[in-house]
Amino acid sequence: MKVSEVVKILNADVLCLTDTVSSTQVISACGADMMSDVLAFVKDQGLLLTGLINPQVVRTAEMMDIPCIAFCRGKIPERAVIQLAEEKGIILLSTKLRLYQACGVLYKAGLDADGEM
Amino acid sequence: MSESLKLSYTVDGGDFVSAGKASEGVKRTLKSIGIDPAVIRRIAIAMYEGEINMVIHASGGTAEIEILEDKITIVLQDKGPGIEDIEKAMQEGFTTATAAIRELGFGAGMGLPNMKRYSDELKVESTVGVGTTVYLSFNV
Ligand SMILES: Nc1ncnc2c1ncn2[C@@H]1O[C@H](COP(=O)(O)OP(=O)(O)O)[C@@H](O)[C@H]1O
Ligand SMILES: [Mg+2]
Repeated sequence: MKVSEVVKILNADVLCLTDTVSSTQVISACGADMMSDVLAFVKDQGLLLTGLINPQVVRTAEMMDIPCIAFCRGKIPERAVIQLAEEKGIILLSTKLRLYQACGVLYKAGLDADGEM
Repeated sequence: MSESLKLSYTVDGGDFVSAGKASEGVKRTLKSIGIDPAVIRRIAIAMYEGEINMVIHASGGTAEIEILEDKITIVLQDKGPGIEDIEKAMQEGFTTATAAIRELGFGAGMGLPNMKRYSDELKVESTVGVGTTVYLSFNV
């Protein structure tokens, strides 16, 4: 699924790297607020959905080669966090949906959790 | 004679914002010398968990990385409080992290299990009141 489609489904704002949303694909997804739970399951081209907005969320995505993070409940991180993501080439989205809802609508649209190592 | 490349980092304790910088540097270096991306990811994740541990459980420490022809080793050393029961600390879900740390997304008790999962060898040596040394090795 293209990130541009994720944006549409989540009715999300794109916080950085807007020009890459139609050229970036995600093929799996993971919703979590504990970063070690994210780190436990490697997925390829995964989308990370989370309610956390601190810099370690971006670092976690970087270590995992995650190309896109969607922040739930309308949360928006500080400028420095957005800048860090931009530097690392990680697209940041912000959706008003809660974590469970956001995961649900994407799952329904055909983005499943698979791709585990 | 085999050549080796050595990297060394100081991990700042108490600086949660920049935690992960050493792992990021290692990731970048491994990429630049053409290591398999899947192997790099395993190394980056394991080291990142170790680096986070030094920040949240000890007061920072050092990371020494050695890149050999057939393996990469990482030694994470700190002078923190040490681990009382290493076997218990290795169990999934065991944590002594505070609520404040859990609110930041860490303290799920999955760090050491993740390090074991992603490395080919993990050794933890620790003395209470003296510090902890974590040794990770990856075959490449
Ligand atoms: N470098 C360290 N210094 C002191 N204690 C540590 C260190 N690393 C791990 N520990 C102890 O081992 C426990 C389990 O670690 P870990 O599996 O990484 O989970 P978490 O970091 O989420 O608590 C920690 O809660 C802590 O008590
Ligand atoms: Mg940990």
